[in-house]
Amino acid sequence: MAAKKLNIKEKYRLLTRDLDWEFSYEDRNKAFPFEEFEGIKITDWSKWEDPFRLTMDAYWKYQAEKEKKLYAIFDAFAQNDGHLNVSDPRYVNAVKLFLTGVSPLEYQAYQGFAHVGRQFGGVGARVACQMQSLDELRHVQTQIHAMSHYNKFFDGLQEYSHMHDRVWYLSVPKSFFNDARSAGPFEFMIAIGFSFEYVLTNLLFVPFMSGAAHNGDMATVTFGFSAQSDEARHMTLGLEIIKFLLEQHEDNVPVVQKWIDKWFWRGSRLLTIVSMMMDYMLPNKVMSWKEAWEVYFEEAGGALFKDLARYGIRMPKYADVIEKEKEHISHQAWWTFYTHGHAAGFHTWIPTDEELDWLSAKYPDTFDKYYRPRWELAKEMEAKGERFYTSGLPQLCQTCQIPMLFTEMDDPTQIAYRDCVHNGERYHFCSDGCKDIFEEEPEKFVQSWLPVHQIFQGNCGGPGVEDILRDYYRMNVGADNMDMKGSPDELRWKKWKGVA
Amino acid sequence: MTIEIKTATLEPVRNTFAHIERRFGDKPATRYQEATYDVQSEVNFHYRPLWQPELELTDTRRTAIKMADWYAFRDPRQFYYGAYVQARAKMQEVAENNYAFFEKRGLAERMPEEAKQKVIRCLLPLRHVEHAANLNNMYGSAYGNGTAITQALLFDGMDRLGIAQYVSRIGLLLDGNTGDALSEARSYWMSDPLWQGVRRYLEKTLVTEDWFEVFIAQDVVLDSLIYNLIYEQFDAKLAQQDGQDLGMLTEFMQVWFKDASRWVDAVLKTAAAESDENRLQLEQWISHWRGQAEEALSLVAHEAVEEGALQVAREALDKRLSKAGLFK
Repeated sequence: MAAKKLNIKEKYRLLTRDLDWEFSYEDRNKAFPFEEFEGIKITDWSKWEDPFRLTMDAYWKYQAEKEKKLYAIFDAFAQNDGHLNVSDPRYVNAVKLFLTGVSPLEYQAYQGFAHVGRQFGGVGARVACQMQSLDELRHVQTQIHAMSHYNKFFDGLQEYSHMHDRVWYLSVPKSFFNDARSAGPFEFMIAIGFSFEYVLTNLLFVPFMSGAAHNGDMATVTFGFSAQSDEARHMTLGLEIIKFLLEQHEDNVPVVQKWIDKWFWRGSRLLTIVSMMMDYMLPNKVMSWKEAWEVYFEEAGGALFKDLARYGIRMPKYADVIEKEKEHISHQAWWTFYTHGHAAGFHTWIPTDEELDWLSAKYPDTFDKYYRPRWELAKEMEAKGERFYTSGLPQLCQTCQIPMLFTEMDDPTQIAYRDCVHNGERYHFCSDGCKDIFEEEPEKFVQSWLPVHQIFQGNCGGPGVEDILRDYYRMNVGADNMDMKGSPDELRWKKWKGVA
Repeated sequence: MTIEIKTATLEPVRNTFAHIERRFGDKPATRYQEATYDVQSEVNFHYRPLWQPELELTDTRRTAIKMADWYAFRDPRQFYYGAYVQARAKMQEVAENNYAFFEKRGLAERMPEEAKQKVIRCLLPLRHVEHAANLNNMYGSAYGNGTAITQALLFDGMDRLGIAQYVSRIGLLLDGNTGDALSEARSYWMSDPLWQGVRRYLEKTLVTEDWFEVFIAQDVVLDSLIYNLIYEQFDAKLAQQDGQDLGMLTEFMQVWFKDASRWVDAVLKTAAAESDENRLQLEQWISHWRGQAEEALSLVAHEAVEEGALQVAREALDKRLSKAGLFK
């Protein structure tokens, strides 16, 4: 008997889709109980198109080859003191921001995809999510290993995990993923699988990896290359989930649109840290934040939404506001970190004259008019030995948890400020977008663990800011924080390089 | 003679991350340690899950087992992602060779019809068992606490998907890729009285809430009995009936079970040693599920092997339990 040749789709069906069964002894809805409460209608899971048909044996094989190569580079990097090859010690602060702010999100992605990988009723979707869950665990672990060497030679990475759960600006990325994970499984997929992994990844993951490439960080950029094929799989899953939901039932369209509006706004707020990283923290620039936004969101995202229009999906709400923000947010964010540099887990600094000129050239309509004068003033104060640190704690937005640092986009001298009253309590927001999100789900967002509120309520120790930084955040005060100038990081670098 | 390459050695500021140093002292850490310990968020969760508003996103109250330190569940294999996929890649390489050899030499045709039928009825339905095991381990990975145990549960869950796929490929080797053997096996799974007890048992695990109880029901009790019955006893019996070539196709499962058991035993031992309360809870769960599993497997054991086979499997399970400090 000559064996029949199975096509890939049929083989994958037999090896995956055919494993599940209809229950006879228990109520199947109790085994998959979270599929209905969000109002999403799934009429037929079998219509799910497997975004990648990867069996486990092939997964092990490919991934093991990638890991082997990746760890060979890590070993060589450590053995040869690869950290000495970075462009400038200021660069390492981008690595600190990544490990404290982004790597723990990979962990939450692992947890979130494990959850939906258990909960979806359709076996095809489940298995795709499970593989992504495993990939995300890979990413957090390989990032820890890539950055482990920097931790041995620079300050500010040693308490990344403890800090992620507590530090004021790290509650921004943390709450973003907590929000997605605490939502229903379909919202999680639109939030993370679609908005984040499919549309925004080029504005988060890629800028950090390109930054590493431009700044001589071989460990991080090698991780980035190694993760590329994983990310490609995640993107196809993100695209499949949105098409699947929209094709399953027309009633899903307004629900999905509401989530797209929410998660693009949430996402654009989260990307503020990337914008300042690209414009201010990379000694060798990749491109300006504004350019990145134009290429990856306006052009690529615009084309995507044109494609989705046939399902009745429109551009995310406030896309017009976001378009204006590209001119401003990186400057407003870095200024905030500079003035709160004593409370940050990484170093801040005034851009060099050359960098100020680069910013002027990249932001001809806004930088010289609104932002350069601030830096000129900061330079004067620093020259007089009066490097400025603010003594106050910022008010935080109830939704995105970013300090109230954004201005009205039509008047960049006026801080944007919104508020509303819910059950007799007043809540504050940085924008109409964040206020809308709150008003859609106030019961959820009243729960926000706002770091500044928590400090004032006495839940973070004290009494002074320095006590909180040292004891509650476990920052090594005087080493992890403050200006780059005169920091232990800088002093060590000079010693290694033999410069005075 | 050794040669020595002269390098400029820079003195590091610290050896490892602070949380690793607090646990293991100020010395260089292993990759397993840095990838595992204290990586998961512990406090200050922002929102209660809409799907379970009475609990936090990560919450130790999702099981009755209580641990002072959830990172006590050290994996003796020290699997983090990289170590895990490389270990499995080696195993799959051997399996791939075996499956290719089996196919190239047409060994399916050499297998007596009766032995083939046995495989279809007694072994192929295990692909559904493995599928449930995939879900049950994902469950613990999603709702458990501490990376040490949740990552190992994830690895186990993915292993089970892999094994379900290997079992399915056995069916395709036997039926020449028509899928007939798999659909025949599915009908046994769905309606043959032989398998209904096991199916009932697994459907019950899939609606059980406590993730550690699910781990007991699946990874400790049922796996221990089934792997002994089918991949050891049934395999040996088939060899006596000229079906020994099947062993090439089930070697992966045998090797895997030994590997996974090292971890499962360590988890059991650690949980039981933590407190009397844990130990009693484990014993209560095990007694309950072992009773259910024995009932569920009695027909399978008899059909696949012989009278008394279940007793042999039960003894193997009890030996493991006793080694873990249970039922003393």
